[in-house]
Amino acid sequence: MIDFELTRVGTPDAAVQIAAATPTAQQGATVRFIAGGTNLIDYMKLDVETPQHLVDINRIPDLAKVEKQPDGSLKIGALVRNSDLAQAPEVLAEYPVLSQALLSGASAQLRNKATTSGNLLQRTRCPYFRDLAYAECNKRTPGSGCAAIGGYHRNHAILGVSDQCIATHASDMDVALMVLDAVIHVQGIKGNRTIPIGEFYKLPGTTPHIENALEPGDLITHVTLPALPETKQIYLKLRDRASYEFALASAAIVMQVQGGRLRHVRVAMGGVGTRPWRMPEAEHALEGQAPGEGVFRAAADAALKTARPHTDNAFKIPLAKLCMIRALTTVTNA
Amino acid sequence: MSTITFTLNNSQVTVDAPPMTRLLDLLREHLHLTGTKEGCGEGECGSCSVLLNGELVNSCLVPTLQVQGATVTTIEGLGEHTHLHPIQQCFLEEGGAQCGICTPGMILATHHLLEKHPAPTLDEIREGLSGNLCRCTGYMRIFEAVQQTAKLAEAGK
Repeated sequence: MIDFELTRVGTPDAAVQIAAATPTAQQGATVRFIAGGTNLIDYMKLDVETPQHLVDINRIPDLAKVEKQPDGSLKIGALVRNSDLAQAPEVLAEYPVLSQALLSGASAQLRNKATTSGNLLQRTRCPYFRDLAYAECNKRTPGSGCAAIGGYHRNHAILGVSDQCIATHASDMDVALMVLDAVIHVQGIKGNRTIPIGEFYKLPGTTPHIENALEPGDLITHVTLPALPETKQIYLKLRDRASYEFALASAAIVMQVQGGRLRHVRVAMGGVGTRPWRMPEAEHALEGQAPGEGVFRAAADAALKTARPHTDNAFKIPLAKLCMIRALTTVTNA
Repeated sequence: MSTITFTLNNSQVTVDAPPMTRLLDLLREHLHLTGTKEGCGEGECGSCSVLLNGELVNSCLVPTLQVQGATVTTIEGLGEHTHLHPIQQCFLEEGGAQCGICTPGMILATHHLLEKHPAPTLDEIREGLSGNLCRCTGYMRIFEAVQQTAKLAEAGK
């Protein structure tokens, strides 16, 4: 691990001022915020992250609250721990897909430390990205190549991939936030702004080192979840072992069944995309239909149509389809 | 160097250490409490689990600077050689420990689990201990030790 300076701040303003000095908020950032540290410290020990300055935001007041807003939305502070968010009464009552996703991720030890904003910025587990012994990684070192393409890539993405990067987005929480249409609130050097989660994550394309919409100085202060009508929700996660493992494929679904028809259908998948993957094709195929296996299969086929597998991860196409079909079957019968 | 003051196993301690020293190293190297074990060093195995302000965490991922003013409980704070904690006694009696590397973390994870679920189901035990890996026991005897602890606590009420 490299040497670095550390500053503990008490206000968002102070955090933003210090972080504005970094030339990029993406790979290669020289200033990083630290909250739970479960992802950052791991990557600093591997020398994948090499910040010269850490800004500890844990003592900024008021960022660790979950609050119902007058408009019915739910405000989740950046520092709310994953374990606390999973058990928040408002989340359990209105957004159970989020609670299920959080509890399916990591371990009790990690959830007790990991935060909402940190999980939004969780980085890929691609073994080539993690290991400096491999020189080729366009995400770590732009222009160096991709060792995963042509290497071991059983766990890698099949959606949103490019010739430069096929790294899978690792989070469960963020997949649930996709179907809940979460809005990310950012304080930056030029003031406050909001970013819909659908616009937050970038596709790798030719710039896999740019993962999200954050600019130097940007601090995620909170996330809001819009009020929802009463819906059925599910998070189904398929993986190599039944706990404490990343998804091979996961499905987050929010829907209503009204008069025998599917309404307000929202579908996203994890473990298959280079970012948490919302599936408008599936939603379109399901909306207004009577639930049934044929309809579910057609939706799954539509959603995976653009999948681009490599040799070791082609199994993820049928697996993802079956995951979605099983989640849809389970949630409509719930 | 930073001077860190915190409550460790019910006593106040003050120690000088670089601020990014891992809590794990602070405990083992600076304070000579070697009950907390290092397994993977990256938050995967749970051997280094301790309670930080009552919450179970991996001490290999906690920088010392986050411990200032906090309360930390390690395996040394749970029982004594002459008077084991009921969880320790049950692990001993049920064969829940073999080589012993995972055991301190397992016992603290059990403590954390039983605080939240005093009468846990088998699924709750599996989930509560899923962040702690054991390569000896096959887990069944550990689960039995947890169930036995819960049973004794219920009977002792």
